[in-house]
Amino acid sequence: MNVDGETHSDEVEPRLLLVHYLREFLGKTGTNVGCDTSNCGACTVHLDGRSVKSCTVLAVQADGGDIDTIEGLAEFSSNGDEEAGWHPLQRAFHTEHGLQCGYCTPGMIMAAKDLLSENPDPTEDEVRHGLEGNLCRCTGYVNIVKAVRTAAAEMRGDKVDTEVGA
Amino acid sequence: MTALDTPPTLNVGVTRLRKEDAHLVTGRSNWTDNITLTGLLHVALVRSPMAHAKVSNVDVSAALEQPGVVAAFTGADLADNWAGGLPCAWPVTPDMKSPTHLPLATDEVRYVGDAVAVVVARTRPQAVDATEHVVVDYEPLPAVVDMEAALADGSPLADTSLDTNKSFTWQKIDGEIDDAFDGAAHVTTRRFINQRLIPTAIEPRSVVCAPPRETRETTLWSATQVPHILRLMLALTCGVPEHELRVVAPDVGGGFGSKLNVYAEEAICLVLARKLGKPVKWTETRSEGYQATIHGRDQIQDVSLAFNEDNTIRGMRVELHADMGAYLQLVTPGIPILGAFMFNSIYKMDALSFTCHGVFTNKTPTDAYRGAGRPEATYAIERLIDEAANELGVEPFELRERNWIKHEEFPYTTIAGIEYDSGNYEAATAKAREIFGYDDLRAEQAQRRGSGDPVQLGIGISTFTEMCGLAPSRVLGSLSYGAGGWEHASVRMLPSGKVEVITGTSPHGQGHVTSWSQIAADALGVAYEDVEVRHGDTNVAHKGMDTYGSRSLVVGGYAVQVACDKVVAKAKKVAAHLLEAAEDDIEFSGGTFSVSGSPDANTTIQDISLAVFAAHDYPEDMEPSLDSDATVDPENFSYPHGTHLCATEVDTETGRVTIRRYVAVDDVGKVINPQIVDGQVHGGLAQGIAQALYEEAVYDSEGNLTTGSLLDYYVPSAADLPHFETDRTETPATSNPLGVKGVGEAGTIASTPAVINAVVDALRHLGVNDMPMPASPRNVWEALQAANNGGAA
Repeated sequence: MNVDGETHSDEVEPRLLLVHYLREFLGKTGTNVGCDTSNCGACTVHLDGRSVKSCTVLAVQADGGDIDTIEGLAEFSSNGDEEAGWHPLQRAFHTEHGLQCGYCTPGMIMAAKDLLSENPDPTEDEVRHGLEGNLCRCTGYVNIVKAVRTAAAEMRGDKVDTEVGA
Repeated sequence: MTALDTPPTLNVGVTRLRKEDAHLVTGRSNWTDNITLTGLLHVALVRSPMAHAKVSNVDVSAALEQPGVVAAFTGADLADNWAGGLPCAWPVTPDMKSPTHLPLATDEVRYVGDAVAVVVARTRPQAVDATEHVVVDYEPLPAVVDMEAALADGSPLADTSLDTNKSFTWQKIDGEIDDAFDGAAHVTTRRFINQRLIPTAIEPRSVVCAPPRETRETTLWSATQVPHILRLMLALTCGVPEHELRVVAPDVGGGFGSKLNVYAEEAICLVLARKLGKPVKWTETRSEGYQATIHGRDQIQDVSLAFNEDNTIRGMRVELHADMGAYLQLVTPGIPILGAFMFNSIYKMDALSFTCHGVFTNKTPTDAYRGAGRPEATYAIERLIDEAANELGVEPFELRERNWIKHEEFPYTTIAGIEYDSGNYEAATAKAREIFGYDDLRAEQAQRRGSGDPVQLGIGISTFTEMCGLAPSRVLGSLSYGAGGWEHASVRMLPSGKVEVITGTSPHGQGHVTSWSQIAADALGVAYEDVEVRHGDTNVAHKGMDTYGSRSLVVGGYAVQVACDKVVAKAKKVAAHLLEAAEDDIEFSGGTFSVSGSPDANTTIQDISLAVFAAHDYPEDMEPSLDSDATVDPENFSYPHGTHLCATEVDTETGRVTIRRYVAVDDVGKVINPQIVDGQVHGGLAQGIAQALYEEAVYDSEGNLTTGSLLDYYVPSAADLPHFETDRTETPATSNPLGVKGVGEAGTIASTPAVINAVVDALRHLGVNDMPMPASPRNVWEALQAANNGGAA
C-alpha cells in the first residue's frame, strides 16, 4: 500500500489492524490508539481519500490502497519555517488552541479534513455533528470547532469569522 | 479570534500561542507507547473475571509453551520481589484499615481486573494470546457492591483478611452543631448520590522499563502525571535504590487524576525488566483500563442545612459514605476528606459537622478525578441551596446572596477553619447575570410554564468556590498526608543569553512550557522565544511534586518567578560591579540594567550572562553563576470562585435535556495566558456537564462493570455539548506573587450542580424536586412519572 506517498509491501497476519500496521511495521506513530471499540477516533486516517478509523480496518483490507496520515499532511518547508508548510487545519488547531494534550488531535484533524472536503463551509452545528465520532477529553470541543471553521475559511479564501451563529 | 496584537516585550497576561503544539499537530509525538527499544519485550496481564474469589491455583506452564513467550509469572512467583505493597500515602486516621495491595494478587482477588499473572513475549499479540493459556482456579466469594449494605451487620467482607468493610470514619465538627439544628426555624435535608465516574484520559496508560546497561540506572517511562512521586514510591515498593531509578513522563495524553497514582503495572514492569535484563512494555487497552485504572467520585451524601427565620444559615450537617473500591490507591481516602473544607463553600454559618465513612467494596479503586472531593461537595451544597430556596419560597440568588461572604469581608476564615484570602462573589454574579440575560430567561420560563409547552426551560445556578494550589505543606501534614506541597524550579542562564527553566511540575496538556516561558521572559526581560522549559524527567528535573490539584501555576509558576528573581538579583550585583556603581543605584527593566540617573551606563542580562560564563571579572563575594533554584511552599491554598449559569430545555415527553446556554464567569485571579485559561475552563465544563448528563460507571450485583468500554460509558462528543460562553472577574490571590489561583478544576467543580439545578428548575412546577445523575432521558422521564403519580421523585 501507499502510505503518505511511500509504497510499502509486507506479509502480515490476517488479523492485523491497519493502525497496528502503520504504528508497528512502518513506525508511523503519529496515528494513535485510544480505545478498542471504534468509539474515540484517535486512529482516524484517510483510505483512498475518505476518513476511516484505522482500528476498524484490517491491514489486508487496505491492500493496494492509498493511506494518508497526520504525518503526511504538512508540506516540507525548505526555508526552516516549519509552520509555513502546515495544512490550514494544523495551523488553525494551533492558533485557536484546539488541542491540549494532543492525543486526539491527529484523528481529529484527519476527520475534519474529510468533513471539509464534503462541506467546505460548515456551520458550528455541522462541525459538531461531523466530528461526533472523535472524542476529546481536554478541550470541551469549543476551540476545536473554532479551529475547523477557521481552517475552512482559510481554505475557501474567505475572511475568517468563527463567532457563534455565524 | 485571538488577540495577538500585544506589546512585544510583555508576555504575562496576553495570549502566546503554545510552544507545545508543533510536534502534536504533525504527529511527531512521543507517547510512551511510541517508545521502542532494542530487544523490547511485551507484557500482558491475566486479570480476574470475578469480583471476589479465593485463588487456589495459578498455572502458567502452558502459557510458557506458546510462540514467542519468554517468561510468565504468577503472583506467588513475584511475591518476594515486592519490598512492600502499592502505596497509600494518605492514612487519614490512625486506625484506618488498608489491605495489603500487591501488584499481582496471590491468594484472593478483590475486583474484576485484579491481576493474578503476567506473560512476557516478543510481540504484544503473542503475549495477549498466551494469557489465554494461563489456568487459574477461582473459588467464588460473595461480592460486596453496595456501600451501605457493606456496613450492615452480617455483610460479607470485601477483603477476607479484614474483619470489617469500613476503612475509616473521619469526623470534623466546628461550632455548636446541635444548637444550630435544635434552634432552627427551618431545616432542609436531602440525600444526593454522586455517581462513580471513569476519568478516561484519551491516551491509555502505558509503561516502558529498561534495565541497567552501562550504568546502574533503570529507566522507567510512564504515562504519568507524577514522575517524581512515582520514582520514590516505586523505589520503596520494588526495593530499587532511589538513586538508581530514573522516571520519565514523556508526552502524556491527559490525566485528570487518573495518572496521579502508583499502579501495579508500573511496579510489575520495573521488576520484570530487572529480573529479565530486557526492556519491557505494557499498554492498556481501553476496556482493560476501565477496570485497572482508578475511578472517581462515588459518594452517598446525606446533607442538611439549618436556617434562621431571616433565612441566614445556622449550620450544616454532612454525612458521607465514600466508596474506596477494593484497595486504597495513592490518595484514595483523602479525596472525600477534602470535602470537609468545601461543603460550606462561599456561605457563612456558625456550625459545620462533617463525617465521612470510607467503605471497601469489590470494585475498581477510586481516587482523584478532576476536582477530587471539591466537585462532590460543591454539588451537594449548590443543590441543597436550591432546594432550600424552594422550600423557603425565596429566589435562589436571593438565598445565596443572603448567606455568602461579602467582598469587603475578605480575608475570611470559614467555619471549616481555612482562610479565604480574596474573592468577590457579587462581581462575578453580576457579570454572569448580565451576559446570561437572567431576567429575560426567567420571563421566558414563566411564559412556557403558563402555556404548558412540552419543552420546559430551566435555569441553574452555581456560585462555587474551591480550594486548590495544593498545598501548604504544614496543612497537608496536619491532614496526615504523606508528603509536602512545595514545588521546585531552576533557572539556568546560558552563555548565549538563552534561558533554560526546569520545573518540577509535569504537564500533560496544560501548556506549562508556554506559560512558564511567559513568566520567565517577563521576569528576566528576555524574549519569550529565548526560553525553553524542561520537565518530566527525574534526571533533568531532579526535584518536584508534579501536577494535580490545580497546583502547577500556583506553586510551580510561583517557583519559576522566585528563581528568576534570584537570577536578577545576582545579575544586578554583577551589573553594579561592571558598571562601577553602587548596587542600590542599579535599575532593572526589560532585561537591561542601568545606573540610576545615567541611563547610558547600562548592560543587558544577556551580556552579564556571558560575562559570568567567562568569569574574568565578577564580584569577589559571589560565585561565577547566575543560575538559581527556588523551592516554594505556599502559605495558603488558593480559592478560585465564580458564578455559572445554565439554561436547559427539558422535553417533558421524552426526558431529553438540551443545554441552550452555558455562561461561566470565573475568578481565577491573575491570568498568565488567557487562551490557555479559557481552554482549561472549557475542558473542565465538559467533564462536569458529562457527570450531570451522560456518564456513570455501573456495576451489577455480582460486581461486574457493565459500562466496561467506550461503547457503554458515555463520554460526550462535540455533538453532545453546547458552545460555552466564558468571561472572568479578577481578584488576585494574595498567597503568591503572581496573584494566580489555579484553573484546572474550576469548570468541573462548578458545572455539575449548575446543570442539575437547571434540569430540576425546568420541572419543579411539575412536582420534580430531585434528579439522579446522569440526567439521562430515562432518569428524567422516570422522575416525571414519579411526580405525576403523586410520589416524591
